Amino acid sequence: MEFKITSKAKTVTTVLMVVGLLASILGIVMNAGDHHLFTRIMANGLVNSFFFFSLGLGALFFLALQYATETGWYASVKRVIEGIAGFLPYGIGFLVLVLGVLSLTHGGHIYTWMDPETVKHDAIIQGKSAYLNLPFFWVRTIAYLATYYLFWTGFRKRSLEEDRVGGTEIHFKNYKRGALFLVFFAVFSSTSSWDWLMSIDVHWFSTLFGWYTFAGMWCSTMVVLVITILYLKKLGYLPKVNDSHIHDIGKWTFATSFLWSYLWFSQFMLIWYANIGEEVAYYMARIENFQILYFSMFVINFAFPMLILMSRDAKRNAGILTLVGLIILAGHWLDVYIMVSAGSLGANAHIGLLELGMVVLMLGLFIRVVLMNLTKAPLTPVNHPFLDESVHHEI
Amino acid sequence: MSDTVIYAMYDDDEVLKDGAKKLVSKGVKVSEVFSPFPIHGIDPIIGIKNTRLGIMAFIYGLTGLTLATIGMRYFMIVDWPMNIGGKPSFSYIENILSFIPISFEFTVLCAAHGMAITYLLLNKTLPGMPASNPDPRTTDDKFVIELRTSENTKYSAKDLEKMLKETGMIEIDQREIK
Repeated sequence: MEFKITSKAKTVTTVLMVVGLLASILGIVMNAGDHHLFTRIMANGLVNSFFFFSLGLGALFFLALQYATETGWYASVKRVIEGIAGFLPYGIGFLVLVLGVLSLTHGGHIYTWMDPETVKHDAIIQGKSAYLNLPFFWVRTIAYLATYYLFWTGFRKRSLEEDRVGGTEIHFKNYKRGALFLVFFAVFSSTSSWDWLMSIDVHWFSTLFGWYTFAGMWCSTMVVLVITILYLKKLGYLPKVNDSHIHDIGKWTFATSFLWSYLWFSQFMLIWYANIGEEVAYYMARIENFQILYFSMFVINFAFPMLILMSRDAKRNAGILTLVGLIILAGHWLDVYIMVSAGSLGANAHIGLLELGMVVLMLGLFIRVVLMNLTKAPLTPVNHPFLDESVHHEI
Repeated sequence: MSDTVIYAMYDDDEVLKDGAKKLVSKGVKVSEVFSPFPIHGIDPIIGIKNTRLGIMAFIYGLTGLTLATIGMRYFMIVDWPMNIGGKPSFSYIENILSFIPISFEFTVLCAAHGMAITYLLLNKTLPGMPASNPDPRTTDDKFVIELRTSENTKYSAKDLEKMLKETGMIEIDQREIK
């Protein structure tokens, strides 16, 4: 069945974008003259471009995971995953824009290692400059983004081709490419989060930071996936998707919330226990300026889904899933916000019109792009070899 | 009260599922199905209620969490306070982070073991318990439907047999239980 964007959805997304844009401009005008304004705009640009990029990337990863494991159940929701992954080119564009502006302005007080004056007086950054320097940073960034983009276009092309041709040849090609993507992604997801996020707190490092970022990304993607499917079902699309599919994605949300909390806690507890000045500095910056936000973010992302999504009935209830999902999504946005803001703006960071405006703007754009992607192909793949298995999915 | 038990054997789980559907639609109560593996979707057909094992798992987990907390507080704070890593150890709540891994492990341990033992006990399959399946082949590649006349007073044993024979079964067996 072909999906058509309802006029209501069009209005809502347009209103979101317009309101977001106006609020952002108003926020900028109101703060004109504040010498932290540029850093604030760029920090928020980085937060939102990374967060929404990571939703697309998470969907691409999830798709590759299904290919590599030759999963059957997901076939009837495959097009929704692709719809979310289709935000990737936009996300890449925003990320390149933000990183480009930051590179041209000596890091804009966000990446202090981009500023030659700072590096000259900082022995710790000098020790890292073999890795953290502008040319190598861009080589890596382009390598990550180009790899993601190429795999995405390949997956999408073969997915549409499968609708026309059928057979199993494309399936086995996807299987190989999915596995190959996971190999690249395993390395790139870690190193890219070091480059884009961990290098903000340039003196500090953590070996599990990559997995921590990745787990947050995965969890947010599962939330977006389940909410999109529930929305489509409410409109009467996706008749083949039953309670079991939704239950399964609910389980993914639950499990990835746990994965994220586990990694957050592992990082926090080891540093708290060892109590070494170099490492503790990272958490001091968060506790000094973001104490309530930082710890309530952990409670939102851990205790909330754990207690509410634990029962089987909750994972099959559209209302509960949507409500919990939206709250977790806000929690993970907050996680990225603190990751960026604590190391760059510190005490000068606060959530005002500018911050909210930019999120609303990007959210409107994201929803619109995902819905547009969904219209471009039949919502249920026609010739997927596991479609029959997916239709009879029952747990 | 004497009871006649009828066992019908199938060599395919889908055939058994369709057969069970047919029987249930005629008002026959299927008392049990034996299978070497879980047959998805058979539960609602033969009217098995959702398991409450999950609730028990939660209670076992909570028990583990409580025991771990009480135990560690006694060992590490009350009975023999130890200074590990320069952390003052006179307060459980201030050091709660270092107790979380063990709380977690013990919660999982109790939930998993409690759940496994409860499951085996409910199914009467604890090691050493006598087997209750009617035919050893149901642990290999055959599937069996069990009907009891005491639960199907509407029909006689003959009627039940006749209905079963229309469902694509391959073997039928009947036993009297006193």
